[in-house]
Amino acid sequence: MVDNSATTVSCATTVSCTTAIPCTTTISYKRRVWRRFRTHRRGMFGLAMIVVLVGVAMTAPLIAGNVPILCHYQGAWQAPGVVDCLRRFPILDRVIPPSYPFSKAGFDAKEALSEDDFSLWPPVAYGPSETTRVSLAGPSKRHWLGTDEVGRDVFSRMVHGTVVSVQVGIVSMGIAGVLGIFFGAIAGYFGRWVDAVVSRVIEIVICFPDFFLILTVMVWLEPNITNVMVVIGLTRWTGIARYTRGEFLRLKEMDFVVAARANGAGAARIVLRHLLPNALAPILVTISFGVAQAILIEAGLSWLGFGVQPPAPSWGNLLRSAYDHYRDAPHLVYPPCIAIFLAVLAHNLVGDSLRDAIDPRVHATGKVKV
Amino acid sequence: MIERVLRRAGWGVATLAGVYVVTFVMVIVVPGNPFASGDRTMPPEVVRAMEARYHMDNTWLYFWEYLGGAVRLDFGPSFQYRDWTCTQIIGEALPVSVALGLLAILIAVMVGVPIGVLSAVRRNSWFDGATLAMVLLGISLPTFVTGSFLLILFALSLQILPIGGWGSLSHLPLPAITLSLPFMAYIVRLTRVSMLDALGGDFVRTALAKGLPRRRVVWDHALRVAFLPVLSYIGPAAAQAMTGSFVVEKVFNVPGLGQHFVDSALNLDRGLILGTVLIYAAILIVFNLLVDVVYVLADPRSRSVAL
Repeated sequence: MVDNSATTVSCATTVSCTTAIPCTTTISYKRRVWRRFRTHRRGMFGLAMIVVLVGVAMTAPLIAGNVPILCHYQGAWQAPGVVDCLRRFPILDRVIPPSYPFSKAGFDAKEALSEDDFSLWPPVAYGPSETTRVSLAGPSKRHWLGTDEVGRDVFSRMVHGTVVSVQVGIVSMGIAGVLGIFFGAIAGYFGRWVDAVVSRVIEIVICFPDFFLILTVMVWLEPNITNVMVVIGLTRWTGIARYTRGEFLRLKEMDFVVAARANGAGAARIVLRHLLPNALAPILVTISFGVAQAILIEAGLSWLGFGVQPPAPSWGNLLRSAYDHYRDAPHLVYPPCIAIFLAVLAHNLVGDSLRDAIDPRVHATGKVKV
Repeated sequence: MIERVLRRAGWGVATLAGVYVVTFVMVIVVPGNPFASGDRTMPPEVVRAMEARYHMDNTWLYFWEYLGGAVRLDFGPSFQYRDWTCTQIIGEALPVSVALGLLAILIAVMVGVPIGVLSAVRRNSWFDGATLAMVLLGISLPTFVTGSFLLILFALSLQILPIGGWGSLSHLPLPAITLSLPFMAYIVRLTRVSMLDALGGDFVRTALAKGLPRRRVVWDHALRVAFLPVLSYIGPAAAQAMTGSFVVEKVFNVPGLGQHFVDSALNLDRGLILGTVLIYAAILIVFNLLVDVVYVLADPRSRSVAL
């Protein structure tokens, strides 16, 4: 409690400080949490891994692909790899035209480009669906992680599978975050019957098994990965809502909120400017664990064959096909296992450290003497 | 106390009714005809007769009939397994899942709580570090990976346990351990944090100052308080474990309830969908209620707070 009140003072001074009150603390709450977070090596390691993961997902065609990043083809400079990379983003795919003739089906850039043409290739020059003649080969200089049962480069499939996991995390927790924060905020701030209604709705939602909901929606709509992400988001908001509600209940009684209300601030202003910024860190903790869960759910679904449909790559279905060929090529099992583990681990580490950074009670050393 | 439990139970029934309505609407809204899909295609008049038999032409009648049956645990005929009623199917699968789930939760608590306590007492020691590593492993590895690993190790390489299936005691350990790992990891983490909290409390200092042996202070005084958050976690966790994990059942080929959640949804088997969801929700609600009651009994402080 002591720490909480200290937090409030600094928040009140940074968020709604008037010139009449001398500001003694100059470091904002957010910055203090970040400072404490930075001292956690595990958390920073997790954060670094997440950054790498997102980076790999965003630049997948530049790391592994069957078109060059930059080349001189028939007297013109072209960057088909960069175009491919950019065109995977929502709005850019309408603005940027595909690079002709590289985007044409059946066009083989490796044969079309002669020795004299300048070309800069991705480190692994194979697309995720490009088949070669060597199947179930071990790791080599050409295929870093070997090839699968139809001769596709496993490294390339792993890199392009990253996109799915990152997307699942962002989309599902984006939806869950918006829903959870909204319902948690109105329940915690307005209390009374709003709280009662929201709490009942949450109780009903958690009574549904995730897998059942996801599968029903997939039968209902077409089974594609976007629907999976949306359903994970629609089922996973309850935890965030509960956290937000609890934080709001705790915060709304505090002096800085009372002061804001006395100054004539409306409900929207109090919620958005005063309560939400202070409740954001604990909410981020649940979101961080939520992303880890979402990645696990997607991997499980794809592993069972309900998620990403082959030939599109995802870590889950890569692991599935690796299982099927375990006797011939056991080395194929490790990359997806390790990737799933590291991605989930990274989010768990960040969540853990962030929680410690918010609540230094747990973090403080030398307090417990037993 | 009794009044409180009754009120909670009343809310539980209301929640169950809400779950029924929502599931029913979902089942009705999902397009597709369970008789038209599948391997056997039937002539239209047969389909019509079947629809009439299962009251598919009259949604309201179906709603009330099913509800009336469900109250008596009669979930009607299954569309997908023609010769079975849903109650028979659930009756076959549920005991399997419950046995597996209870064992898994038991393992998770019996192993997880002591490890959590020890790592809190010896915080920042090598034991604490090793525990943290194991916890992170348990939380971050999907069950299909840990399950397959155990399968390869104990069934294929060492050949001391069967590869999968159900029927004898030797089929139990591998799926139970696989299922328990994520729960165990979470319980260790929860116990450690709340134990650190409890050990910093004044009552621990007092107990030590009185000259009580440290072992008793830790395992009796502090753990009694620190176990409460674990207790409220066990409720939903046990319900989840007992209603079957589809992945674990798939890996070890266990005929539990998890497969029916998936099959019924994929086959649009309305009776079975409603039945399995209601059973899942009922178990979850009952366990939360149980935990609430035990919580009040275990923690005198919570008696003054309205449930």
